[in-house]
Amino acid sequence: MADAGVVETLLRRIEKVDDGVDSLEVANSLGVDHQVIVGAVKSLQSVGDVISAELRSSKHWELTEEGMEIAENGSHEARVFSSIPLEGLAQSELMKLSFGKIGFSKAMSSKWIRVDKTHEGGPRIFRTVESIEDQVREKLLLVQKGNTSQLEEKEKNELKKRKLLSEVTVKTYWITKGNSFSTTITKQETELTPEMIATGNWKEKKFKPYNFEAMGVAPDSGHLHPLMKVRTQFRQIFLEMGFTEMPTNNFIESSFWNFDSLFQPQQHPARDQHDTFFLSDPALAHEFPQDYLERVKKVHSEGGFGSQGYKYDWKIEEAQKNILRTHTTAVSARMLYKLAQQEKFTPVKYFSIDRVFRNETLDATHLAEFHQIEGVVADYGLTLGDLMGILHQFFTKLGITKLRFKPAYNPYTEPSMEVFSYHEGLKKWVEVGNSGVFRPEMLLPMGLPEDVSVIAWGLSLER
Amino acid sequence: MPTVGVKRDLLFKALGRTYTDEEFDELCFEFGLELDEITSEKEIISREQGDSKASGASDIILYKIDVPANRYDLLCLEGLVRGLQVFKNKLEAPRYRRVSPISGEPQKLIITKATAAVRPHAVAAVLRNITFTQERYDSFIELQEKLHQNICRKRSLVAIGTHDLDTISGPFTYTAKPPGDICFKPLNQTKEYTATQLMSLYKTDSHLRHYLHIIEDKPVYPVIYDSNGIVLSMPPIINGDHSKISLKTKNVFIECTATDVTKAKIVLDMMVTMFSEYCSQPFTLTITGISCQHFKKIAQLLTRMCLRSQATGVGDEIEVEIPPTRSDVIHACDIMEDAAIAYGFNNITRTTPRTYTVANQFPLNKLTELLRQDLAAAGFTEALNFALCSQEDIADKLGKKISETKAAHISNPKTAEFQVARTTLLPGLLKTIAANRKMPLPLKLFEISDVVLKDETKDVGASNSRRFCAVYYNKSPGFEVIHGLLDRTMQLLEVQPACGEGYHIQAADDSTFFPGRCAEIFVRGKSVGRLGVLHPDVINRFELTMPCSALEMDIEPFL
Repeated sequence: MADAGVVETLLRRIEKVDDGVDSLEVANSLGVDHQVIVGAVKSLQSVGDVISAELRSSKHWELTEEGMEIAENGSHEARVFSSIPLEGLAQSELMKLSFGKIGFSKAMSSKWIRVDKTHEGGPRIFRTVESIEDQVREKLLLVQKGNTSQLEEKEKNELKKRKLLSEVTVKTYWITKGNSFSTTITKQETELTPEMIATGNWKEKKFKPYNFEAMGVAPDSGHLHPLMKVRTQFRQIFLEMGFTEMPTNNFIESSFWNFDSLFQPQQHPARDQHDTFFLSDPALAHEFPQDYLERVKKVHSEGGFGSQGYKYDWKIEEAQKNILRTHTTAVSARMLYKLAQQEKFTPVKYFSIDRVFRNETLDATHLAEFHQIEGVVADYGLTLGDLMGILHQFFTKLGITKLRFKPAYNPYTEPSMEVFSYHEGLKKWVEVGNSGVFRPEMLLPMGLPEDVSVIAWGLSLER
Repeated sequence: MPTVGVKRDLLFKALGRTYTDEEFDELCFEFGLELDEITSEKEIISREQGDSKASGASDIILYKIDVPANRYDLLCLEGLVRGLQVFKNKLEAPRYRRVSPISGEPQKLIITKATAAVRPHAVAAVLRNITFTQERYDSFIELQEKLHQNICRKRSLVAIGTHDLDTISGPFTYTAKPPGDICFKPLNQTKEYTATQLMSLYKTDSHLRHYLHIIEDKPVYPVIYDSNGIVLSMPPIINGDHSKISLKTKNVFIECTATDVTKAKIVLDMMVTMFSEYCSQPFTLTITGISCQHFKKIAQLLTRMCLRSQATGVGDEIEVEIPPTRSDVIHACDIMEDAAIAYGFNNITRTTPRTYTVANQFPLNKLTELLRQDLAAAGFTEALNFALCSQEDIADKLGKKISETKAAHISNPKTAEFQVARTTLLPGLLKTIAANRKMPLPLKLFEISDVVLKDETKDVGASNSRRFCAVYYNKSPGFEVIHGLLDRTMQLLEVQPACGEGYHIQAADDSTFFPGRCAEIFVRGKSVGRLGVLHPDVINRFELTMPCSALEMDIEPFL
């Protein structure tokens, strides 16, 4: 609490008047700094409705430092005038004086002095009048004494332009009696304590009012990462739809599983240095299911399984190259191959949400690493209508109900559809994912039965 | 996806009607294209080089259309228009025929053995009695450029050369000679150069210098001559000036040289089929037969996609003609997709697959999810960091040697930030703290995620390992806090604090940690990780200022 003495004096002052007091006046009359009064006001405000203080601001003209110097010593031009003796003064001499430059031009314009440029020994300054009236200084003195009102607006602004006067805003309080005004202050308790409860003396105490406007203390909690929370949600959706999670804990994949088994040709641009991260160590994968590999080689280079193939020379060296996987579809391929090795085919629904890598330059919309979400259904006789149906169900769980499908192209699906949904906020259709039916050139070499179709879709978590 | 720029008004004129932007966008959606941008040359220059350079440029509206990567027949105005017209039933799918010249023999292109060393294959064709206008000419040149960029893989697989047949005479010879022996006046030059000189000349040409490497270091360069020794072209770099095409050209000789003969044929087919509409000669076709249900309707749909079809009358078989423009059709499923597009994807009835399955979680992920929740409840905040980092991050900065880390190295990183796959989660967390120094202390972070280690037992030579890592950063190191977190984690994993059957920690030496303040964690006798106060050198190297304690362990043993 501020100086109790000041507080009490202030209270007594307020008691005496009918309306109120101005804090600045009080400060002046008590001979204390205005801030001390302000402190007292604040203290009183914290103990309840003892006083009510209204903030007022008033403008006030004050001398700047330079202004004070002039009030003391006279204006520059007056000093110039007084420093010129009867026989005149060399201009160069005058300029050496601190007030010389400014004072010179002002004195010239007031026609107090003149310059004789032709004088021998350089230009020389002479007085033109006998004596002068230092009006500037007089005006400043007026302000200093507090008689600002005697000056006209125009004069004040001119002095302000010369940076001799400045207008300051002074904030004062107009203090009046509050609802519970009294000249004595009782200290208020802040909190209930065990002693008070034990003795029961809380009944006699006054408690400081709570400030319900302020926020409470934030609990010291840990947090889950927002992107991971979204991942958890998607995982939940897939599990609710009966999808089994694939083991995707292998960031490093061979080109064979990532590209070749998916019927993506070896010269495809996505297999470029620009788009894919290749490994220097371990550089090559060394184990493949040999029979399957041969069938993959054949379908790429010669065709087969009802296809003409791509008709190029398929090289095992390309397939062996290790990369950081560019899509989790590589894992889907491994799972489908494993499924095909089963004695009897069983329908499956698989999903995965995990990291994939693209060798892109980073910017606001592109990352080198991001998370891909993928769903796969393998069963007899699945149709494009089924794919659309399951997509509708999937997206409905996300709250997206309006969907449209657009023909697209992926090397490993045919037909392929881009999935668009209507964004209410942007008022347009935005792409939310990609989908398709896996090509027979991918499925048949694995050994899956001919009438089994596999539909799949994917999107990125970050979007 | 390749982008084709066409003048909107030319496009509408060829389509026979105008569309609003929305209507055209809708048409593209149905067909499988995307209207990417509506702009003009002026706008493009303005955007790239500033408004002052743009004044005087053309205001004509351009449509930039995205075309599927496997549809080389849609890379020019002519192809787009044809595809759309047939789709809308405004035009019959064209039949391309190969014909002989009215007088004389067909042209011959002789390929010598010498080319085998550098660019073995070539195919050629002639377009007769063609009429060029400025627009058609521009389109012709533009298509070559688009094909070069896409299927030709920047001219490395196939290169196209087009020539005015009336300025040269066959038979033509495609051979390869040492660079010093090839001498001719190339396109747009005034004097003759040898091939060696051309290589230096074009090193500063912003367009051509990108193709020099394809033949530069070879002992012989490919070159095509006519019967009088005139050089038609030196593929894949530049054509000769003598045979250049102008608006007045009536007969065009097209040659495609290549390292991949299948692609060369596709490219040639595209060039001739697209522009044959301006001659009086359409070209060759190939036939394949497939069978499918709902024959009659399907036949109609396919015909709208330029795949002329009819029922054969045998059961439910349909015979489908694949024109040379559709090199993307290699299996019946491609035909099926086109039928679906013609029908309209959005007209297909949605059905639900009746596949009944019971879901299973991947055990490692299930464990991770459970742990994450409880660690956040313990007051730690989850971080998500990149799996790729620099070598220093996992070795030098931690006081370890890179050769001892069993890290997987990337061969083509774009920056130092992607040199290796991380072998530990610690650097990521420390970098996260460094980026958040302004946050109030203490900083308590954790991450449960995969690291990558070389692994001889795997087919690819490496495997992921699921780790849990936590750090505590404050004015005091807080070893007891991290230790407490370890105890809590073990409690969640139902492992007792006991030697032998449970877990225990014992002192260990590790250059990453402060001496005497590091312990190794043993569970059932096996080491699963370490915890301790970080070494001040490590703290400095990550640009941190406060003491820090950390814990990292493998959670796979707890499955």
